[in-house]
Amino acid sequence: MMRRGSPFSDRNSKVSDKTTINVTDGTLIPLKDEGTLLSAWNISFFGAIALLVLLPVLSPDPYLRILSFVPDGLVATFSVTLVSIFFALLIGLFAGLGRISQKRFINRIATVYVEIIRGIPLLVQLFYIYYALGPLLKLKGPAAAIVAMSVCYGAYMAEIFRAGMQAIPRGQMEAALALGMSRSMAMRKIIIPQTIRIILPPIGNEFIALLKDSSLVSILAVSDLLRRGREYASTSFRYFESYTVIALIYLVMTLFFSRLVAMMEEKLRHRGKVH
Amino acid sequence: MEKYIEIIDAVKNFGSVQALQGVSITVKKGEVVLIIGPSGSGKSTLLRSVNRLERLDSGRILIDGESVTDSDSDIRHIREEVGMVFQSFNLFPHLSVLDNITLGPLCVLKKNKDEAVDTARRLLEKVGLSDKEKAWPEQLSGGQQQRVAIARALAMNPKVMLFDEPTSALDPEMIKEVLDVMTELAREGMTMLVVSHEMGFARAAAHRIIFMDAGQIVEEAPPETFFTSPREERTRKFLEHIL
Repeated sequence: MMRRGSPFSDRNSKVSDKTTINVTDGTLIPLKDEGTLLSAWNISFFGAIALLVLLPVLSPDPYLRILSFVPDGLVATFSVTLVSIFFALLIGLFAGLGRISQKRFINRIATVYVEIIRGIPLLVQLFYIYYALGPLLKLKGPAAAIVAMSVCYGAYMAEIFRAGMQAIPRGQMEAALALGMSRSMAMRKIIIPQTIRIILPPIGNEFIALLKDSSLVSILAVSDLLRRGREYASTSFRYFESYTVIALIYLVMTLFFSRLVAMMEEKLRHRGKVH
Repeated sequence: MEKYIEIIDAVKNFGSVQALQGVSITVKKGEVVLIIGPSGSGKSTLLRSVNRLERLDSGRILIDGESVTDSDSDIRHIREEVGMVFQSFNLFPHLSVLDNITLGPLCVLKKNKDEAVDTARRLLEKVGLSDKEKAWPEQLSGGQQQRVAIARALAMNPKVMLFDEPTSALDPEMIKEVLDVMTELAREGMTMLVVSHEMGFARAAAHRIIFMDAGQIVEEAPPETFFTSPREERTRKFLEHIL
């Protein structure tokens, strides 16, 4: 249930550890020069697509029915994912800045936030915001889902931003200060633009992880992809067929995006090296 | 000549390491002062204190009468007038050569774009890199990067230039192109404080050489006396090593 394959989520590492940027942990992102991984990607991706095409053709009932029933859920899954990743990035940027802040108070708040959130499973956080805080926040299912996912992924994003900013050589800040810039201007003009280049691949990775974890929101009465599959299954009693289709759709999406991230990483490797 | 940089009894400790143990130096306007000494002698720390990249534990530093060390001094304004060149160049890798040079004038001095670009082009010509304005830092050799870094510092129209081992990270064949630019700058009358072991530059451009060891000034003299008849035994030993 907790995420795998995220470079910054090693559950044994303490928050205070200096994390190096390691975007290709091998679980998700295929590398160009690793032929076996690439062909594994090909087999999985095109195999899944072939099944999604062949099954409805060979056996329209129930596969074609399922396929026409679930697209609403796909829209919900993507909306929740995209809105959540947007807010997670915002929270992550500020919490990440807080984590490297020299002001002790700010630093402590950001660190406590990251420690707490990373220590609680996302499913528990979803329950907490929807059910435990429900009477207080009065959030509907989709809103609660977005809040919970943003807050949770914000903590992971914070660690990515922190590690990314700390990976920028100290001389960059010094050169900016020596020109007479303020710290915040140096951050905006020098440090953050370079950080974004480094962290785009890990952020892509988080996006994929979030896309998968968004299936958890189906328990909050959000009609996402998984919930639509469940609805179909529970009325038709076609559990095997429904969940096969759902699994294949998730697989195609994540493999597609993982390839995209790998390509982006390859491109970034050529430009924007930090000496 | 008037006093331009005054360093008065500078003390700085890093934990138990005493980097500066009461160093006082005065640099006059237009003077070129070279600081040499073994690694760990505190020379870089001293230089970095002048624009407050390091904060002193005690002592004062004044530039043109303005205090650098008081915590209520306008350090950003002082830094605008103090150019710095680093050992590792520290060019901004996400900006082109031209943008590296215009960034300070545009963002800090609030100059208009045309003026900043004109100045940058003039400075690139001065350091012999007019054809590189669209290049990225990583496409340049070390010597070229350092010359761009000098142009970047000069674009702020500084009154003082600090050089922190500007040639230490360079391959031998590139050292000369950087030293030539620095020598030219010294001839034009720039006030310069240079941490370097380049004895050729010392002879050609320096007015005074300061030898530091263990956080203290051991000896200071004009280059001709410094090299031919050093007073102190420690200076002689050090010169034997590097000459």
